[in-house]
Amino acid sequence: MSSDARSARWAWLAVAGLSVFIAAFAIGCGGDDSTDATSAGGEMLSEVGKGEGELNLICWPSYCEDGSTDPDVDWITDFEKKTGCEVNVKIGNTSDEMVQLMRTGQYDGVSASGDATLRLIDGGDVDPVNTDLVPNYADIFPGLKDQPFNSVDGQMYGIPHGRGGNLLMWNTDEVKPAPDSWSAVFDPNEAAKQKGHVTAYDSPIYIADAALYLMKHQPDLGITNPYELDEEQFNAAIDLLKQQRQFIGEYWSDYAKQIQSFANGDTTVGTTWPYQYLALKAEGDPVASTIPEEGSTGWSDTWMISSDAQHPNCMYMWFNHITEPQVQADVAEWFGEAPANSKACEPQYLKKGPFPDVKHCEKYDASGEKYLDDLWYWTTPVSDCGDDRGDVCKTYDDWVQGWTEVKG
Amino acid sequence: MEAAGLGAPAPRRSAGHRLADLFHGRSRLQAGALLAGPVGWLVVGYLGSLAILLIASFWSLGELSGEVERSFTLDNFKTIVEDPVYRTVTLRTVGIAAAVTVTDALLALPLAFYMAKVAKPRTQSLLVVAVLVPLWSSYLVKAFAWRTILSEEGILNWALDPLGISGPGYGTLAVWLVMSYIWLPYMVIPIYAGFDRIPDSVLSASEDLGAKAGLTFRRVIWPLVFPAIVAGSIFTFSLTLGDFIAPTLVSSTQFIGTVVKSTITTNLPLAAAYSTVPILIMIVYLLIARRLGAFEHV
Repeated sequence: MSSDARSARWAWLAVAGLSVFIAAFAIGCGGDDSTDATSAGGEMLSEVGKGEGELNLICWPSYCEDGSTDPDVDWITDFEKKTGCEVNVKIGNTSDEMVQLMRTGQYDGVSASGDATLRLIDGGDVDPVNTDLVPNYADIFPGLKDQPFNSVDGQMYGIPHGRGGNLLMWNTDEVKPAPDSWSAVFDPNEAAKQKGHVTAYDSPIYIADAALYLMKHQPDLGITNPYELDEEQFNAAIDLLKQQRQFIGEYWSDYAKQIQSFANGDTTVGTTWPYQYLALKAEGDPVASTIPEEGSTGWSDTWMISSDAQHPNCMYMWFNHITEPQVQADVAEWFGEAPANSKACEPQYLKKGPFPDVKHCEKYDASGEKYLDDLWYWTTPVSDCGDDRGDVCKTYDDWVQGWTEVKG
Repeated sequence: MEAAGLGAPAPRRSAGHRLADLFHGRSRLQAGALLAGPVGWLVVGYLGSLAILLIASFWSLGELSGEVERSFTLDNFKTIVEDPVYRTVTLRTVGIAAAVTVTDALLALPLAFYMAKVAKPRTQSLLVVAVLVPLWSSYLVKAFAWRTILSEEGILNWALDPLGISGPGYGTLAVWLVMSYIWLPYMVIPIYAGFDRIPDSVLSASEDLGAKAGLTFRRVIWPLVFPAIVAGSIFTFSLTLGDFIAPTLVSSTQFIGTVVKSTITTNLPLAAAYSTVPILIMIVYLLIARRLGAFEHV
């Protein structure tokens, strides 16, 4: 008994000691901040030297194919042979994941969407890009250059990769008639028909999809931009998503899991990327997809170079390789998006892609004339509403919090 | 084997011998050298990373960059206490951990009793192997297998279809099912060991004194095996409490683990703060378990 009491006293002493240590550390760390937030504007390469023999990339699924998914779909082996840069690929499933990975400093570059680019630039995680060193940059669609999400004061922070819209996909055996509106997943009467089989993208950025729906269906809320939401608009979007929650079978963030769910019939309707749609279609599964009448959210991706890049020369070689017309045509057809390089739309390249279709660019509106320019591209919500409402908009922090509440 | 030491008794001694001399008779030094590795690992690697985690929970995030800013704040803990969603998720997680623990205890008790007291030695060792074999395959494989089993067109629905019913599908019920399956061996083994320690003579004595089976169970077996159940419950409870993989594979329901996992990429300090909740729950649980005598039976 007495030894027991003694050991208990020791244990409490240890716990107390640990707490003191932690408290001291926390306060100590609190003091020496302020120098940490290096503002944007790092070093820029002035010429591309010899390759460093290695390249570590963070990619969206299917952006970096080396033939392991499909032996005919491969634009990495060629690059490795040409440059001697051995490519290591890390797949990111959400923008949040990609930002997190970039901050480890272990990667040379990333295919970042608009909701990651600004965070990376602001955090000093990426360097500006010297576009003169990327010959293919000249052929990039002008509508993708010097955009607010990939440049600061006219200085490019990356090389545009491609863009597209999030689709509404459905199982044609189960969902009839074919939907042409997001009400298939947001209108309780519609969604109830597929209760337990509806899906949604598992990321705070999906709140924008709800906001876009409200923008068209509840005009009195006055939403003008689904990423600039004040308190009332934000709460309306959250309420809509909470209502949607009861019809959700599962949320998806892993594209492979979503393909499986649609193939098994666990999911019958919901938002998706063209990649999953094309993959299911290729397997002969009964699916169809569309950009609904409300329009859609979408992505415009940019290759960026880490400010801690260990292999900057290889990264610049990658910038140019991934924007080669043939590679652009391959990626665009494989993922199902509009290429960034205008030359990729020439038939000689489109004919040689994984899903040969000379009309690809027309279908995906690569020049942006039909609908592509009207998509709401992922971007990071900030407190500045961008209009006369001032600094009252919900920040991404609030979106993250809101998303946790939606899932309950 | 070599003749070195045989002919002339050389006074020169090897470095190993000299080191051995150094330790000879110095029990503290002996213990210190022996424990330096494990204790160093425990303090630096284990408690150290835990301490860093707790420190991170007092930090905050920059607005646009979302980068961690190292200034002291209690906001994260305030959010966790004040925002009802975290309370809901915590209660749900504790609920499922308790449900899994009770389920596993109910399944393990008769099985372990049979293994320890009824089965012949051959059957006994076969059963022990059968309980342990699932532990040889990866956790992820087992969880993914359950994802296919529970799927709309999975084997469970196929088997239940002739009866006119269907499986639970993905959701909280599925999580309970999968967790109960995965952690069952951790409950069976301690209880089996607990039964094994009860001498058969005690049971015979109870019978000789006229006690029926029910009374023997309540007055003899239960008190002796109860600490073993508590010991097993520490595993099932804590493993369920922190899990995030099975819940994401077979449901979209949020648990402490899944919230921490999804928050870690968006708000690291908040994730760190929330991860102190299961730590606190487990400290309380362990204190209770210790009182119930579980630690003499692990």
